[in-house]
Amino acid sequence: MPMRGRVWKFGDNIDTDVIIPARYLVTIDPQELAQHVMEDIDPEFAAKVRPGDIIVAGRNFGCGSSREHAPIAIKAAGVQAVVAESFARIFFRNAINIGLPVVEAPEAVRETETGDELEIDTENGIVRNLRTGKTYKATQYDEFIQHIIRAGGLLNAVRERIEARKAAEAGQ
Amino acid sequence: MTMAEKILARAAGRRRVEPGEIVEVAVDLVMTNDITAPLSIAEFKKLGVERVFDPKKVVFVPDHFVPAKDIKAAEQSKIMREFALEQNAIYFEIGRAGIEHVVLPEHGLTRPGMVIIGADSHTCTYGAFNAFATGMGSTDIAAAMATGTTWMRVPPTMKFVYTGTLPPFVTGKDLILYTIGQIGVDGALYACMEFTGPVIDDLPMDDRITMANMAIEAGAKTGIFACDEKTRQWLANVTTEPYEPVDSDPDAHYAQVIEFDVSTLRPLVALPHLPSNVRPADEVRDLPIDQVVIGSCTNGRLSDLRIAAEILKGRQVHPHVRCIVIPGSQEVAKQATKEGLVDIFLEAGAVFSVSTCGPCLGGYMGVLAKGERCVSTTNRNFRGRMGHRESEVILASPAVAAASAVLGRVASPFELN
Repeated sequence: MPMRGRVWKFGDNIDTDVIIPARYLVTIDPQELAQHVMEDIDPEFAAKVRPGDIIVAGRNFGCGSSREHAPIAIKAAGVQAVVAESFARIFFRNAINIGLPVVEAPEAVRETETGDELEIDTENGIVRNLRTGKTYKATQYDEFIQHIIRAGGLLNAVRERIEARKAAEAGQ
Repeated sequence: MTMAEKILARAAGRRRVEPGEIVEVAVDLVMTNDITAPLSIAEFKKLGVERVFDPKKVVFVPDHFVPAKDIKAAEQSKIMREFALEQNAIYFEIGRAGIEHVVLPEHGLTRPGMVIIGADSHTCTYGAFNAFATGMGSTDIAAAMATGTTWMRVPPTMKFVYTGTLPPFVTGKDLILYTIGQIGVDGALYACMEFTGPVIDDLPMDDRITMANMAIEAGAKTGIFACDEKTRQWLANVTTEPYEPVDSDPDAHYAQVIEFDVSTLRPLVALPHLPSNVRPADEVRDLPIDQVVIGSCTNGRLSDLRIAAEILKGRQVHPHVRCIVIPGSQEVAKQATKEGLVDIFLEAGAVFSVSTCGPCLGGYMGVLAKGERCVSTTNRNFRGRMGHRESEVILASPAVAAASAVLGRVASPFELN
């Protein structure tokens, strides 16, 4: 099922310190983190963002710290997906692991503005800008990553494996 | 194969691996800190597993917001402490430890050929010891604590060759800032940076550690060095555990080979708000500062404090500047005290703090107010990194930071007589 949402556009190298400043890393409560999402790049963002919105950004989104609090804050704020020209690798892993869709689509990013509406089909790797009507290719995940996404995040994928192993041991 | 590929192949039980493929690897060490551990522990408990895969390979280090900066931070540390003790895992309490990336090498826990993952982006530091080390998030770490394995995409390796002669006051910090300035903050995205060349052969371990530490600032998955006599000497002093170094094959495939002649380098700074915004310190004029921080996982080792003390000896910190010196560990603090470095700092009008990550990430012990500017030996100068979103961080070596503290502005150590 493709998702649709309103766009908030950001630039290159959006780091995890501006996504969730370290002064708020004294909690792991997603709702509390969401109140401060993107605070140091746009102090009004947490108040403006609505469930189902989409973040669109340039190169190297999520660079810096390994804090998983960053994708958690974005997801808990109701953001449906992040579309970027490229992602920093730890952020990319964290997002996949917690079930926040992250989509690499450089051309789509360059031709999308705040306020546009995007339609994203992660299964087929397609991004459509509903304002312009243009369609773009997104990088497709390989099978391994798709497996994590289908399981609903890394934890579920690992739990399935652990339970399968336990069942196999019990069956012997 | 490159050394990174060899380590991953071995950990995956394979004869060889290719860049781009995803492999499942056994991990030799899993680490978290007081910020990332509570989330890892919460996720671990959802897995239906009672015990960590091997308590001797799971490490917890309170260092970011300790000694606890407030009640909430204290609660986070408590979650970690209780879990670590309950699991009988390796735990470094304050007063016997310090900053994770300083402490683990001091205890010989980071050795050649290992696969090390940590819920901290600067875990790549251990590449200085010929390990494959990389940062991950809390959920990845939770899964690894339970299973002893993780998945990795084999990174392409970029080879950096440093030639020429290193000028005075040009350190490992300057080499890595220069490199990031040349290739950009995503110049090594997803890749392994292999640091080589005659300059690296002569470079002390502390400087190699600084370079590996900041590989992440170029977007790299890790940075790595060969194991040589200097590495073996370090390890001989701290561990009797065996280790198996790896070296890159002569016909190893590199995504890119980049050579830098460093003979004409001058001490550098990275101006706000990216580590790639690099300039020679002596070209930055009229930039007054409010604070200097000397410390962190990047530059909080004994040799860093020695350089800072050499510059501050017999001088005074500028009247308008707060200079905060932070030892990377209890060991560094003890040795700095023995050598008289602490006296030099105190006489110069600096403060000597407990060991903590505190100010580097705007946690505590030196948070910046609106409009303030800090020269810092840390690793990131992102907007708001050390405090108010309208404060500024300028990255530099301990030599540049100490000279700046004296002159009250961004300065090169050569400006002092």
